[in-house]
Amino acid sequence: MLKVLKSGFFMTVQDLGRFGHRDIGVPISGAMDMDSVKKANLLLENDPNAAVLEITMQGPTLQFEEPTAICLSGAHISATLNNAPIENYQVVQVSKGDILSYGRLENGFRGYLAIKDGFQTPKVLGSRSQFIPVTKKKHIKDGEEIPYTKTDSYAPIISEVKIEDHFLGEELEVFKGPEFSLLSDQQLAAIFSKPFTVSKENNRMAYQLKELIPGHGHSMLTSGTLPGTIQFTPAGRLIILMKDGQTTGGYPRILQLSEAAINTLAQKKLGDTLSFKLL
Amino acid sequence: MKSYPITIKPFGERAILVEWPNQVEESILADILDFMDAFKELGLPGWEMSVAYNSLTMVCNQEHLDFETIKKLVLDCHSRQAASKTKRIQYLWRIPVCYDLEFGIDLEEASQTLKLSPDELIQEHTAHQYVVYGIGFLPGFMYLGGLPTGLEIPRRAEPRLQVAKGSVGLAGKQTGVYPQDSPGGWNIIGNCPVELFNPKAEEPCFVKVGDKIQFQKISRAEYDLHKIEGEVGIYKPEKTVLNA
Repeated sequence: MLKVLKSGFFMTVQDLGRFGHRDIGVPISGAMDMDSVKKANLLLENDPNAAVLEITMQGPTLQFEEPTAICLSGAHISATLNNAPIENYQVVQVSKGDILSYGRLENGFRGYLAIKDGFQTPKVLGSRSQFIPVTKKKHIKDGEEIPYTKTDSYAPIISEVKIEDHFLGEELEVFKGPEFSLLSDQQLAAIFSKPFTVSKENNRMAYQLKELIPGHGHSMLTSGTLPGTIQFTPAGRLIILMKDGQTTGGYPRILQLSEAAINTLAQKKLGDTLSFKLL
Repeated sequence: MKSYPITIKPFGERAILVEWPNQVEESILADILDFMDAFKELGLPGWEMSVAYNSLTMVCNQEHLDFETIKKLVLDCHSRQAASKTKRIQYLWRIPVCYDLEFGIDLEEASQTLKLSPDELIQEHTAHQYVVYGIGFLPGFMYLGGLPTGLEIPRRAEPRLQVAKGSVGLAGKQTGVYPQDSPGGWNIIGNCPVELFNPKAEEPCFVKVGDKIQFQKISRAEYDLHKIEGEVGIYKPEKTVLNA
């Protein structure tokens, strides 16, 4: 078990996501920055779907009750194991009783803790990703214990790699969305000529952008939405749906983020700026 | 069965959007469902599809798509679907609703706006069968069509921060049930004791797109009974086959 001494700001168990239930309104969920998770699981020679902890902004304090190996990725939150600093993308052997804690957020917004063979919380509808009301709990709280399997000794093929963070840039690549053609020249200019700022309404469901662009009066029948869909409200607000986002919506879907852009946006926080580049 | 023209648009790296004429009609929904059956018969792995009124979002979880290839596949499939008829079974579900004022917190106000008595509103709401045109927004949330014009009422000016799970609401041309606690701006006229989304059940959502719903007025005592039946897992929603 991994003992959660302090849970930090917002921490959840995530895997690749919950597939095959979009037809009953269940979002895909899964890690927000999949790129970071895939790399960490790869270094641990885990199944790509091995569950990790997604640690938002402020790190937890965690105690390992069995030996294992871990790998951190994503945001840099000044992690230490028994007070000795550890780096991202480094396979670290952990002994019984070791304490992992975090400090200052250096960059990004979501850090990941991958563990040998993945966290073993129960699967619901084929996934361990936490999402209410599919899973009972929205996130992990102080005092909880998260199961994992013991690994006495593990010799990784590669124990450490230097990886440049993929999320430092401001530019998000986008495709045209299904209602792209509704945009006027004025609206297009407003979207592609200036940077936007992440508003305080940003979470696993959606990121709202602070700046408004000229609004519209289009109404449409509710239709499907995906992670990365940019909805355009009549008031001129851009709302970017993320992994826990609703599966359908009634606002025009003007743009669609690339998967790489979703990974980048997942590492942006309140006040960060970003810009769009049409592919 | 009539087949409608469709348009196909790319939707990011892993999805496409197939659109039928921009109307809410049962015959269009039937064409979409026929297409889905025909596409499923192809047996391609990794696809999931979700319907909403006149559109079908098709997501491929396995690999990145070549749009032109999949577009051709979809068009072929749509033109051939008349030939391949798997018989769908569609049900009419009777969904119990307690309209007591304890639950129907906007029932009196909505009745006044609609110039009906609360009893007339309830009678009108329970007299019709509503088509399930999509399930989305929240797990188990049904988009229902076929609300009589006499029950069309604007959304509340200010949405509530929390609408109770099971709340039955009216808004514009829509009626529906909130499957979980959620913020919402609909006028709440009653509460349904039945779980419309249960992740522990073999079928987490027993209603399917294309089915119909008819609400049935129940007393507070029946409401409590259905709640208990639901909690111990013995509640069976009442259904009849529509297209036997």
